[in-house]
Amino acid sequence: MQTEVVFAGFGGQGVMLAGKILAETGMGLGKEVVWLPSYGPEMRGGTANCTVIIADEPIASPIVVHQRDSVVMNRPSLEKFVPKMRAQGYAIVNTSLIQVKSERDDITVVDVPANKIAIAAGTGKAANMVMLGAYVGATGIVPFDALLEQAKHVFQKKPKSIPVNVKCLKEGYKLGQAKGK
Amino acid sequence: MAKVLMKGNEAIGEAGIRARGLCYFCYPITPQSEVAEYLSKRMPEAGGVFLQGESEVAVSNMLYGAAGAGVRCWTSSSGPGISLMMEALAYIAAAELPVVIVNIVRCGPGLGGILPSQSDYRQAVKGGGHGDYQCLVYAPASVQEAVDLMPLAFDRAERYRNPVLIIGDGMIGQMMEPVEFKEHKFPPLPPKDWATTGCKGRKPNVVNSLYLDPYAEEKLNLRMVAKYEKMKKEEVRCEEYNTDKPYQALLVAYGTTARICRTAIHKLGEEGIHVALLRPITLFPFPRQRIYELAQKVDWVMSVEMSTGQMVEDVELSVRCEKPVHFFGRTGGVVPAPEEVVEAVKKQLGAGKGGQA
Repeated sequence: MQTEVVFAGFGGQGVMLAGKILAETGMGLGKEVVWLPSYGPEMRGGTANCTVIIADEPIASPIVVHQRDSVVMNRPSLEKFVPKMRAQGYAIVNTSLIQVKSERDDITVVDVPANKIAIAAGTGKAANMVMLGAYVGATGIVPFDALLEQAKHVFQKKPKSIPVNVKCLKEGYKLGQAKGK
Repeated sequence: MAKVLMKGNEAIGEAGIRARGLCYFCYPITPQSEVAEYLSKRMPEAGGVFLQGESEVAVSNMLYGAAGAGVRCWTSSSGPGISLMMEALAYIAAAELPVVIVNIVRCGPGLGGILPSQSDYRQAVKGGGHGDYQCLVYAPASVQEAVDLMPLAFDRAERYRNPVLIIGDGMIGQMMEPVEFKEHKFPPLPPKDWATTGCKGRKPNVVNSLYLDPYAEEKLNLRMVAKYEKMKKEEVRCEEYNTDKPYQALLVAYGTTARICRTAIHKLGEEGIHVALLRPITLFPFPRQRIYELAQKVDWVMSVEMSTGQMVEDVELSVRCEKPVHFFGRTGGVVPAPEEVVEAVKKQLGAGKGGQA
């Protein structure tokens, strides 16, 4: 069993961190994981994405052309990555910034107003955690408790940021769980 | 020890420290700058030397000096930076000094781009610098393997008194995978009684690469060749995949390209097409004998690379040109998808049946 997910957005939205927390959670559960970033001559506000692979067996190719799932935080990411998804995958779409709909009817789309939820929780910067929570809620790829623990661990250097990030993960998780499987 | 999720470049830095590579010179270049970034913080904590030179030329000559003084030293760079180090590398090889150089390969030639590539194969394996010399060359396929090869590289560099290269493509440097820093045990190394450590009370040691007497130079050359012959006998490392059952084709690929091939082989297997893979872990010495043996069971062999075809020549030599050796690759920083390897294999299998794929 192998699941691949692309986290994509613009630089500063925290897609790399969201992917890293998921990969670390998977690793903590004894799974095989790979976190592969896009890298290039990037600039602030440019696009950023990373691929996370979580598997039961050792992971062969770190390069995936047709990933199962996508977590897209802005419109260019939706247009680039959702068409590449395999059928039956999950697309978590940040409707705060994406007004268009994917035309695919063979995947599960979970609409998440991530920025709106994060701002209500205390900071728009935690929109990535809303999306990550929603992804885990929709797919059950890792147990939510394990994700929460890992996120707390990652944010332990900034203890003040833990409550808002945890709240955002929980809000996202609830949404994802309701619309997922 | 528990596993940690680390970026390849940072893991290589940590592995260098744990292998007591406590003297690191560098000049930053993408896609390996995180090695230097990591060590700029960690090396002082570990009590070692972190020094950024004014150029790669300076860095490589710092290595020449430090290694000559018997210090375990290393650097990391990428294509254009490695090219600047080639003159010193030839001197280091001639002076028979142990140095470890990590090349996180980007696409080229020239400045090229910063995306993953395997186009420095020839430079690493066939020389790069001038004169009759070879480097021992390791090619990791995962972050864990890169970490495991670091202590081995230092050990072999000192055991053979020869430079050792670790060649990883940009993906090895940039991706994060779980790693475990294991304890590596090696037999005791010979004393560095050749090092220029201050000659009070003993005869001076000389580190030199100038031999105006042709017979003395030839003697050095032959001594070096004897080391390379020993490496060919004792240092070949490779990994096989799917060779334990019947197979219709043999792929040869190294580094992350080999992992892409494994996924391709899995996909081909689902269609009833059985393909085997040999992954060289040492690029010099090259696993020639094993490739020859495995090629006996197939009509052709294919070298898959992120280049325009460099290792393919060594694969041809390995099968002694008895069978066709085909090539598939993407280059310029384009990473081949498993699906493309599947198509390349199918096309070749079809061609063998009179062009019907």
